[in-house]
Amino acid sequence: MEVLKIATAGSVDDGKSTLIGRLLYETNSLTQDKLDAIWKSSKSKGYDYPDLSLATDGLVAEREQGITIDVAHIYFSTENRRYIVADSPGHVEYTRNMITGTSTSQASIVLIDASKGVKEQTARHLFINKTLGIQQLIFAVNKMDLISYNEDVFLKICAEIKNLLLTQGIKSTHSFIIPVSALYGEAIAHPSEQMAWYSGPTLLKAMESLSTSDPAANNKARFTVQSVIRPEASKTYDFRGYAGRLNGGNLQKGDHLTILPGLQSATISDIHFFNQSYDKIQSGTSCTLLLDKDVDISRGSVLVRTDDVPELSRQINATLCWLDSNQLQVNRKYYLQQGTKTVQAKVKSVDAVYGIDFRPEASNTDQLELNEVAEVQIALSDPIINEDFTQHRSTGRFVLIDAITNNTVGLGLIRN
Amino acid sequence: MLNKTLVQNPLESEGIYIIREVAAQFNNPVLLFSGGKDSITLVHLARKAFAPGRIPFPLLHIDTGHNFKETITFRDALVEKYNLELIVRHVQDNIDRGDVIEEKGKYASRNGLQTQTLLDAIEEFKFDACIGGARRDEEKARAKERIFSVRDDFGQWNEKKQRPELFDLLNGRIHLGENVRVFPISNWTELDVWNYIEQENIELPSLYFAHWRDTFERDGLIWTADDSIVYRETDETITKRHVRFRTIGDMSCTAAVESSASNIQEVIQEIAESGISERGARIDDKRSEAAMELRKQQGYF
Repeated sequence: MEVLKIATAGSVDDGKSTLIGRLLYETNSLTQDKLDAIWKSSKSKGYDYPDLSLATDGLVAEREQGITIDVAHIYFSTENRRYIVADSPGHVEYTRNMITGTSTSQASIVLIDASKGVKEQTARHLFINKTLGIQQLIFAVNKMDLISYNEDVFLKICAEIKNLLLTQGIKSTHSFIIPVSALYGEAIAHPSEQMAWYSGPTLLKAMESLSTSDPAANNKARFTVQSVIRPEASKTYDFRGYAGRLNGGNLQKGDHLTILPGLQSATISDIHFFNQSYDKIQSGTSCTLLLDKDVDISRGSVLVRTDDVPELSRQINATLCWLDSNQLQVNRKYYLQQGTKTVQAKVKSVDAVYGIDFRPEASNTDQLELNEVAEVQIALSDPIINEDFTQHRSTGRFVLIDAITNNTVGLGLIRN
Repeated sequence: MLNKTLVQNPLESEGIYIIREVAAQFNNPVLLFSGGKDSITLVHLARKAFAPGRIPFPLLHIDTGHNFKETITFRDALVEKYNLELIVRHVQDNIDRGDVIEEKGKYASRNGLQTQTLLDAIEEFKFDACIGGARRDEEKARAKERIFSVRDDFGQWNEKKQRPELFDLLNGRIHLGENVRVFPISNWTELDVWNYIEQENIELPSLYFAHWRDTFERDGLIWTADDSIVYRETDETITKRHVRFRTIGDMSCTAAVESSASNIQEVIQEIAESGISERGARIDDKRSEAAMELRKQQGYF
C-alpha cells in the first residue's frame, strides 16, 4: 500500500491536534480503548464531548499547557493509502521541532485560525516548507464555526494566502485552500452542510489526491557507503562488499562507477542482498555492492555513474537553518555530516539573513540565533559533493554538529 | 538480460539503513532482545543488513524471571540457529542485592524493575547504543521518540531537549557515559510488523498463536494463571481459554486475548478486525495516563 508522509504545522491554538484527532476519528482509526481513554480524560476536565486533541498530545507538559512541543508521529489509513502524520508544534520556540517533522514529509497541512487570519507563523511555516522543498501544500482554514461559517471571511483569508505565496515566490505543484471545523467535523471527511457555498474537496479528499512518489526518485544515482562488509569466516570465496543505500535513480550490474571523493573507477560486478544476487536496484534500496576490483572505499564514499560525476568542493554556499540555543559563531569549528560522510567545517560568512517577511536581507553578522535562517559560505576540511538541493534532495543537504556539545545545531541546504 | 530487480519494502530499507548506521557510528552497540515479535524482527533485519557477515553486536536479554517459558525456549533456539551472541542479565540479581524492591500486592510486576537491570548492564558492558524494537504507533510517549534517542549518564530521556533529527541524517555523537537508544522500526505499525513476518516467513514463539491456557479474568483482561508468578485472589477462578498473546512482556504484565488464529494470516485478519490497540493488553501501561513517559524518563526503553 502507498504511504504518504504529511506534516502538520500551525500556530498555538489553531486546533491542529484536534484536526488530527478528527482525521483519526473519521477514518475509524481510533481503537475502542483509545476512545475510552480520551473520554476518561475529557470528562475529568469537565467536557461533555470527546477532546480529540488528546489522541495525539502525549507528553505531560503538553497536556498541562495544551500545546504541542515535539513531533508526534501518527498513523492511520484509508482504503487507498496509509498516512504517517508528523504532528509538529507551531509555537515559534519549537520551530526546530517543526523542521524535524517537516524534513521527512512529502506534503504539509498548514493550519490557519479562521477567526484570526494569516499570521506571522503562517508565513514562517510556508517559508520552512519552501526551504525544505515541500511542494504539496494544503491550507486548512480551521475554526470556521467561530466565524459562523462566513464565506466572505474565508475569501479574504484565501486572498491573504495567495499574496503570501506570491511574496515568497512559492510555486507549489499541489495547493488547496479548504475551510474546515475540526471540532465539529465540517469538511474533514464529508462535505459540509454548514458551508454549502464551498464546492471544493474535503480535507481528506485533498489528501488522497497528493502524490506519494519518492521526491528523489528522479534525481541522479548516488550510492552512499555506510560500511565495508568483509566476513572473516568466508571460506569459499573472498567477499568484500560495500553496504549502503541508493539515493536517486537506479543502478545495474555492469555500470561503470566513479568513487567519490577519490575519483577511482570500478564496475559493479554484483548486487548482493541477503545471500542473493540481483541485476538492478532502484532509489531507496539498501543493499551491498560488489565491484570488479579492489579500490579504496570506506564509510562516507559515494558511488556515482562515471558519465555523471558531480562537482566536489571544499567551499560551499548554503541556506542554513540554525536549530540550537547556542548561537552560530562564524569561524568556529563544527562537524558537517552529508549522508554518511563527516568533515570539519567553519562558517566563513553570513551573507544574508531572512528577516521578518522572510526575504533575504544583506548582512555581515557573525552570529545566528536559534530558529534564524541565513545564506552562508562554509569552508571544509575535506571536499564534499557540491550539489544544489533542488537538483538532488539527498546529497544537497547536510547537518552541522557542535564539536563540543555533540548536538545537531544546523540544517543546511546546498545552493550551487 | 538484466532483469532481476531488487524490490524492497521501504520500511525494510529504512530499518537496515538505521541498523548499519548504528554498527558504523558506535563502538559498542547491543540489541535489546525481549523474545517478542518486534525484537525478533530486529534480529531478522540485522541478519539481512550484514549478510554474509555475522551481526556485529550481541543481543541483551533482561530476564525478569517472570518470562513465559516459551519465550526462553525460543530465544535459546534462535541464538543457536543463527550463531548469535547472547548476554542475559537477571532482575532477580538486583532484587537479591537489594538494589530494587519487589512490588507487593495484586498488581505486582517486575516490569518496572527491569530498568535498573538494564542500566546496570549498560554500565557493565559500556554499551553506547541500545537497539530496541519500540514503535511510534504503540503509545503516545513513544510517538514522540526520535530514531536516535540520546540518554544521559543516568539513562534518562529528556523529552523537551531531543535533538533535531533531519531527513535521514542520524547523529550518533555522544559524550562518554551517555548512550543512545535506537529504534529502527519506529515508523512501522503493528500490522506492518505482522505483514513483514508473513512476507519473510519469520519464526515466532508459539505464544503468538492460539492455544489452550489456564487463565483468570481481572479488570476485563485475561491473565495467565501461574500462581508461582502471578498473584491471584481466591475468588479469581481458573478457566481454560483458547488464547494468544498480541504483545509479549512479562507474564505479570501481559494479558492474553481469546482467539482462534493458529497461523500468521489468521492473526493478521484478527488484528485488522480488532477494536483494541496492541498495548491495550499491556497492564503496565494502564497504571496512569503517562505511565510510559515516566518509565522512559527513568531509563526504560
